[in-house]
Amino acid sequence: MSQTVTREPALHSVSVTVNGTHYNREVEARQLLVYFVREQLGLTGTHVGCDTSQCGACTILVDGIAVKSCTILAVQADGAEIKTIEAYAEPNGKLHPIQQAFWEEHGLQCGFCTPGMVIAIDQLLRDNANPSEAEVRRGLDGNLCRCTGYQNIVKSALSAGRKLRGEEPFEKPDLAMGEPAAAGAH
Amino acid sequence: MFPAKFAYAAPSSLQEALELLEDPDAKVLAGGHSLLPLMKLRLAQPSLLVDLGRIPGLSYVRSENGSLAIGAMTTYREIQLSDEVHQRAPVLAEAAHEVGDPQVRAKGTLAGALAHADPAGDLPAVALALGGSVRAVGKGGERDIDLDGFFVDMLTTSLQEREIIREVRLKAQAPGTGAAYLKFDQPASHYALTGVCAVVTLGAAGTIGTARIGVTGVGPKAYRPTAVEQALQGQPADEETIRGAVESVADGIDVQGDIHAGPEYRAHLARVFTRRAVVLAVQRAKG
Repeated sequence: MSQTVTREPALHSVSVTVNGTHYNREVEARQLLVYFVREQLGLTGTHVGCDTSQCGACTILVDGIAVKSCTILAVQADGAEIKTIEAYAEPNGKLHPIQQAFWEEHGLQCGFCTPGMVIAIDQLLRDNANPSEAEVRRGLDGNLCRCTGYQNIVKSALSAGRKLRGEEPFEKPDLAMGEPAAAGAH
Repeated sequence: MFPAKFAYAAPSSLQEALELLEDPDAKVLAGGHSLLPLMKLRLAQPSLLVDLGRIPGLSYVRSENGSLAIGAMTTYREIQLSDEVHQRAPVLAEAAHEVGDPQVRAKGTLAGALAHADPAGDLPAVALALGGSVRAVGKGGERDIDLDGFFVDMLTTSLQEREIIREVRLKAQAPGTGAAYLKFDQPASHYALTGVCAVVTLGAAGTIGTARIGVTGVGPKAYRPTAVEQALQGQPADEETIRGAVESVADGIDVQGDIHAGPEYRAHLARVFTRRAVVLAVQRAKG
């Protein structure tokens, strides 16, 4: 048997910028990026939803591109710029247009898939600013939802597209449901 | 779950990578979207991962002498976005778009797909239909391996144990050629229950000149149904003729069965999708 199996594997240094903040950590090679983000950095908005790289609840941006963080090793992300769901709303609580769209279109029930959906839609709309419904559904091929049946998620994506194209405003001061917890101003 | 413990190295050259592969339990890591899922389920437990991701100069698409030369670390996303691919082998861009989902396509690589040789992977069928070769580098130097005969068995290619693919070369679609990749996929994983790529060159008076076909998802490996290719050669390009010619597409193949599709259904899908892919390729050749 190879001698590398009997040694305790080395720790590797990982240096990343996440949501604008720089971090240095030591990790085992086998630590998945999703667990690095959740457990080492305490950013638990990114979720683990499956064992098979299908559900997309772990979707984050690495160097600007949406990827499944459960299928990437933390060591592979050394030197990368990472954005997670925590960085989508503004610090004062004002929602990102995609999040605003989910609010308006009732695009979530339990919310477990939602961070991954938001980031997948962010990627979709950056690749294609005016997708058809079919293109939205294809763009969400990597994200599974057990609650909604996808209808309102698709509506949320289309609404987000309209907002980002400037076709409708995305500041809604009079939401009947109440304000986001940390809201300063609408 | 998460993988068993392993050592990890990220060399900065292919030579360094080859030296690291002296460890017989080492595996190459490219996009990782076939290997890491296997490791998370502990179906694979390599003792060492050799990550190609820090080696410069492995992501490219170039036109060379009627072929596309695609670097080992080129992702599906990069292939989809490549003007060269769209101009020279549009079926490759079409097939790249069919793999997995957008997040998977951002990391998975064409070379990795060919080396891994998943029996339901999309790109092996396309590579067989287009034709070409794989440029592999090992301790003895470089060699070109023809794609015909590259896929040996389930998850097994003719790559030697310590060889790394550095480049994939696929023949461009010649003028008068139409091609299509169609698949019937499992809705969550998007793996092909059946995937067929047809590359058709028209002959005289609207007949089929030659057809090259790659089939995936049906047998233990992607294959070319050569009896079907021969049955199509020189034939009129109408749907009824094509329907008859593709009947034998799953003959002599160890057709796989699993919870998603039994062997009879898979063989049926093979006939349906081979017919549809050839018909669409003919339309595109004429168009």
